[in-house]
Amino acid sequence: MIDNLTACGFIGQDVPSEEGYSKCVRCGLCLPSCPTYLETLVETSSPRGRIALIKAVSENRLDVTSPGFMHQMSECLDCRACEAVCPSGVPYGQLVETARTQIARATRDRQAFTTRAMRWLLIRQLFGNLGLMRFAAVLTRFYQRSGLRETVRRSGILCALKLEDAEKLAPMISERFFVPANQRFASKTEPPKAIVFLHAGCVMHVAFAAINEASVRVLQRAGCTVVVPGDQGCCGAITVHAGEMEWGRKMAKRNIASFERSRADFYVINAAGCGSALKEYAEYFAHDPQWKARAQAFSAKVRDITEFLDAIGIDPNLGPIEGVVTYQEPCHLVHAQRISAAPRNLLAQIPGLRLVEMPESSLCCGSAGIYNLTQPHMSAELRDRKIKNALSVAPTLVATANPGCQMQVAAGLAAAGSSVGVKHVVELLDEAYKNA
Amino acid sequence: MLQARDRLSPELLAELRALLPGASSVLCSEEDLLAYGYDGTWFESRPLVVVMPQSAEEVAAVHRLAAREGIPITPRGMGSGLSGGAIPSPGAISLNLMRMNRILKIDPVNRVAIVEPGVITADLQKAVEREGMFYPPDPSSLKQSAIGGNVAENAGGARCLKYGVTANYVAALQIVLPAGEIIRVGGMTVKNVTGYDLRSLFVGAEGTLGTITEITLWLLPKPRFAMTALAIFDDVGAAARTVTAIMAAGFLPTSIELLDRLTIACVSANVAGVFPGDCDAVLIFAVDGNYQAIVESELEECARIAREHGATRVDVAHSAQDSERIWNARRAIAPALARRRPNRLGEDICVPRSAIAQMLARVHEIAARHQLEIAVFGHAGDGNLHPNILCDRRNREEIARVTLAAREIFEAALELGGTLSGEHGIGILKKQFMELDLGSDVIALMRRIKDAIDPQGIMNPGKVFPDPGGMDAFKLQP
Repeated sequence: MIDNLTACGFIGQDVPSEEGYSKCVRCGLCLPSCPTYLETLVETSSPRGRIALIKAVSENRLDVTSPGFMHQMSECLDCRACEAVCPSGVPYGQLVETARTQIARATRDRQAFTTRAMRWLLIRQLFGNLGLMRFAAVLTRFYQRSGLRETVRRSGILCALKLEDAEKLAPMISERFFVPANQRFASKTEPPKAIVFLHAGCVMHVAFAAINEASVRVLQRAGCTVVVPGDQGCCGAITVHAGEMEWGRKMAKRNIASFERSRADFYVINAAGCGSALKEYAEYFAHDPQWKARAQAFSAKVRDITEFLDAIGIDPNLGPIEGVVTYQEPCHLVHAQRISAAPRNLLAQIPGLRLVEMPESSLCCGSAGIYNLTQPHMSAELRDRKIKNALSVAPTLVATANPGCQMQVAAGLAAAGSSVGVKHVVELLDEAYKNA
Repeated sequence: MLQARDRLSPELLAELRALLPGASSVLCSEEDLLAYGYDGTWFESRPLVVVMPQSAEEVAAVHRLAAREGIPITPRGMGSGLSGGAIPSPGAISLNLMRMNRILKIDPVNRVAIVEPGVITADLQKAVEREGMFYPPDPSSLKQSAIGGNVAENAGGARCLKYGVTANYVAALQIVLPAGEIIRVGGMTVKNVTGYDLRSLFVGAEGTLGTITEITLWLLPKPRFAMTALAIFDDVGAAARTVTAIMAAGFLPTSIELLDRLTIACVSANVAGVFPGDCDAVLIFAVDGNYQAIVESELEECARIAREHGATRVDVAHSAQDSERIWNARRAIAPALARRRPNRLGEDICVPRSAIAQMLARVHEIAARHQLEIAVFGHAGDGNLHPNILCDRRNREEIARVTLAAREIFEAALELGGTLSGEHGIGILKKQFMELDLGSDVIALMRRIKDAIDPQGIMNPGKVFPDPGGMDAFKLQP
């Protein structure tokens, strides 16, 4: 029954705010923007439905661990397309992330030991410690390149362990890593327009080192001196999205302190998911005024690399790239950070490259952090929809600005038998400079 | 007869699942019942079960089961209605039509589109416009409302001034009658006087007579040019007189929208730079047609009349983006009002065009007397105004004043020769005022029609028809 007075609602810190969910006037405008609603056409799988469930839990009408509630909080991609169209300003991301924190706390005691151990290892240790991530990456690289992978794949053991999909989704580890170690890359022009702190990232620094290197070169050409302090870490987004708020706060504090010490002018990031987390650090510290103020000052200096380059202007000496590019908008760039024009403006400056818009370019590709591991079915449906939309405009290249999207779209294109490649906007700029 | 029950037996659930074999076509978890219990109003009620048929045959099968068992049915589209039509009746099956969402045909020769009820209105408009045609009705909720809901509520919109409401575009309907018969009413011919016009009976029936499963809509050729202008006034009365003067001068703009001072203030808090900071009212004019010179000169005539009647400024939008900025600000009204106070009671009265100035004055007088904030905006060219009473429903004393004010607004509209609802429908919200508007004989006739078509009373009971007690039983609190 709905009027179940014994239902256990949200407790303690990090609860979805009443002020937040009360802003929803149930107009329904979010429904057509929600990927999971579009796939299911079920109200419960819509932002309006999920807000109603969060409200019901807050009012003790629904249990925080009820299966349908936990499923909906997990099925949500947290892509925040709904937040971008909401005319009433419902802070949806805050609602769903705190609801997940509440679920994680409420279920911690009843999880199997192995589940807790995996969570501890993956969510806290791996993303919390870049050294450990590099160690894991070295093992993965050995696995991917030594021939072991072929043996394991043939053996059927992955299937037996239900790790088949996860294994395929593991990013191809880079030949060399981009390890933050207090590097300083001087601007190509003097005096430098700005000193830029480059966030090297967690997955980025081991699996997308080339994008970090391209970022440095493009920034140097744009007249910036780039610093990469060694005491930075992962942004904490994956950790927070998984409901581990306490660990997310520790990770945020580390990056804020690192930036403060660096005395750089801006904190630039080339992964949209991380960027939106970095810009929202203040929300992590609702109960800590001192850190909240530091977080606000920090976030005010955070820029996505496309946003930053578009604002300061890039070196115009770009060589040609012949082809047709279509742009896949990362949710956390277009919806969470509302950045849509900047990456397109940059792509449009590359001679020979024609930008053609795919249908539903701002609909989530289904990557969404670790969503492809937690919700493999919905993730695959959304990936297939994305690939169909992308290929419908016959591109020679897909551009994006987030590693998760890049992996997901690349995997989808490969599965569809397409040879179309996926590149970060910055990689394309870097390539164009090489062609000059 | 109707059988009130608050749980579906396992046998009936299994039977429903067998009737609707599609994936997740029958939903009954606690969470699903919660999510299908609301619409665009603040009412809430839990359905017995939610079903998602994919064809008229599946809808008919659900109807037959419901008729056999005496279970009420509340049809539902996207749940964005503003009068409570899709709120499940007590113990009702929520019959969700969003999975019937195909555009079956766009026929340029007969100028019709044949669609299923779950097509989103904006998607339909885009699809027909790609073929060079035009579906004019444009409720503000067009991006989040289903065409089936538009027909069931006889939705309107800004362009109704020139083009008329949804009913004017319904050529034919496929209806599942309460007991499960599938019928067709209307047709694809321009002229059709064969028998009673039953098509009109089902348009705006708010799900009380049957379930709409297919709609044939008239289309128009798409006008080649459209222009928008914004007129600023120091006095809302002058704005209202401008509307009357434009109509009297023989012009027929596509739309004339009015926003009063409070509405402008609320919108400007969210959408900066469209409306000036200090003014009492604005009018938005739109004119369309096939010849640019004519469109421009008609808009200029409207601007001239506005200036003559006291507009302090008239700005013509010279680009599509400028025009879109104005219309986006217009569409931002409802949520902007929602941000000012926790709740709002949105009314939908319609008065003869000659009485717009008087109606506006009456609403502002009622607001002052009850010490309430009432924002008024709407389709002034149609005489269709949306007085929105801003309030906090948790405050009982305030709600008592809101209730009185709402009643006085209805009474004022009726005194001026108007009606309760222009385009939102009656649903739950306005049913207690039906007799005041229509009189007991007309209500009795409506009841006889309802009883003839739905003798068991299973279709959306508790909607449209007043409960005993008349206006005194009107309450906003559950």
